[in-house]
Amino acid sequence: MSAELQALSDHIASSLGEAIEDRAIAYGELTIVSRLDEIKRVVTFLRDDPQCRFVCFIDICGADYPARERRFDVVYHFLAPHHNRRIRVKVETDEVTPVPSIIDLFPAANWYERETYDLYGVLFSGHPDLRRLLTDYGFEGHPLRKDFPLTGYVEVRYDDGQGRVVYEPVKLSQEFRNFDFLSPWEGTDYVLPGDEKAKA
Amino acid sequence: MGEHNIRNFTINFGPQHPAAHGVLRLVLELDGEVVERVDPHIGLLHRGTEKLIEYKTYVQANPYFDRLDYVAPMNQEHAYCLAIEKLLGIEVPRRAQLIRVLFAEIGRLLSHLLNVTTQAMDVGALTPPLWGFEEREKLMIFYERVSGSRLHANYFRPGGVNMDIQPELIDDIEAFCDPFLKVLDDLDTLVMGSRIFKQRNVDIGTITLDDCWKWGFSGPLVRSCGVAWDLRKSQPYECYEEMEFDIPVGLNGDNYDRQVIRMEEMRQSVRIMRQCLNKLRAPDGQGPVMTNDGKIAPPSRKDMKRSMEALIHHFKLFTEGFHVPAGEVYAAVEAPKGEFGVYLVSDGTNKAYRCHIRAPGFAHLQGMDFMCRGHMLADVAGVLGSLDIVFGEVDR
Repeated sequence: MSAELQALSDHIASSLGEAIEDRAIAYGELTIVSRLDEIKRVVTFLRDDPQCRFVCFIDICGADYPARERRFDVVYHFLAPHHNRRIRVKVETDEVTPVPSIIDLFPAANWYERETYDLYGVLFSGHPDLRRLLTDYGFEGHPLRKDFPLTGYVEVRYDDGQGRVVYEPVKLSQEFRNFDFLSPWEGTDYVLPGDEKAKA
Repeated sequence: MGEHNIRNFTINFGPQHPAAHGVLRLVLELDGEVVERVDPHIGLLHRGTEKLIEYKTYVQANPYFDRLDYVAPMNQEHAYCLAIEKLLGIEVPRRAQLIRVLFAEIGRLLSHLLNVTTQAMDVGALTPPLWGFEEREKLMIFYERVSGSRLHANYFRPGGVNMDIQPELIDDIEAFCDPFLKVLDDLDTLVMGSRIFKQRNVDIGTITLDDCWKWGFSGPLVRSCGVAWDLRKSQPYECYEEMEFDIPVGLNGDNYDRQVIRMEEMRQSVRIMRQCLNKLRAPDGQGPVMTNDGKIAPPSRKDMKRSMEALIHHFKLFTEGFHVPAGEVYAAVEAPKGEFGVYLVSDGTNKAYRCHIRAPGFAHLQGMDFMCRGHMLADVAGVLGSLDIVFGEVDR
């Protein structure tokens, strides 16, 4: 299996040359990293080349690595039903550089790109209708970014007096606690209520 | 009246509509009664599952998968557990594999029973859902007897399953099979054979194989186009390789074919369940139901009381949880609705760095626009029903 994947990986790398920045086989899965501006050529090749035939669209999603210069990964998954193989293609981008949309190659990319835009704020150029998809109408921010708090910024409730749903800043009766079990001897970041008096 | 006064009519379908199968808002553009454009607005049931998973340990995140496609909960857990097991590189004991397959097939019955019978409701017959729910009730009792919960089971765990199955339950599931096949025959005559059901479903929502691939469809939608593509056969996981079953395929790619395929898949599921039950009783089907790696599986209560090491493991597993080696994997299962995949990125800690859920319903619902164009307004509910949409997994 892995020899077969290695051969496929070599074939893709030799055919696409510069467009492939990196490639790896891990856990029995082939991952290639494409150059941002070449993604459409890479996907077209993967779809049409007789040795690849990744004709089945599976998935597009984002991933956020804030420490990197180009913080976002856009991850594509494709399936080749004829060869019974899967492939993962990744491109790196940041908040302002748009990724070329593959919607004219795979119409299914429409919602997946909208979702990635919605949750990460990754822009797609050439997408006809880049609206938010999963979050609320009029939502602000991109919730799956690592710097977006889990509890969000606003909460909604139905207001009897006004007769409509109102948005208010989030009020937590107890502060959100994210226990860091990885280094239990160093304690947590936040100050326990009352502890500040001991120091003063 | 001049021609410029004629314009298309835009209506809202949902979010609270019994045929919307949950909270779906469809903005329909109609020319008379013919659908010109469909714009589904989803996300009304968005709960931020993927974000929440990033803040939970691997085991704590498991129950979120029950709440995705809440019609067949264990099938989702299955994909998640497979992804973790792939990263950890652990082998699931044989008995646990058999139990997993058994309950994955029960999940398939749960989902298909709901879908086929509510499809009948979408096209006008009110009673079939009651017959379907009667059987679902029995299956959910099996869920309860094995996991303690009728719906949100949290039964599949990384490394195996939570608890062993009781011998009485094996007998009861076996006793369920034969009468259930009789119910399926009745459904076949009453629903599939119904003239109205055929009139409303044959040649409605037709798709081709090419559409399926490029729109990312999977499951019964692909099989309705004549391709025997089933991950249980083509990329077998667990012990599906040793099971004997057939993949039903359709020829026309329409609503009716998809429902007939679901009916036949239920019969095949019963066939797989019977094989699982026999294998569970056989001597080589005995043994542990959880991996014996103490760094991943919690110790038994009894061990914990007597062994210091087990106590430490128990404490570490329920506070810190286990660590998963860094890397990224994609694991997919053939869920009742199609390919359900989990893309898991681990950074080597006790929490998932990124967990993307690839739900079949999301891709299917996206196809509503091209499938409904040119059909009548009344067919929208029929097409939607045949796609088998559950909003828990679409909105996540």
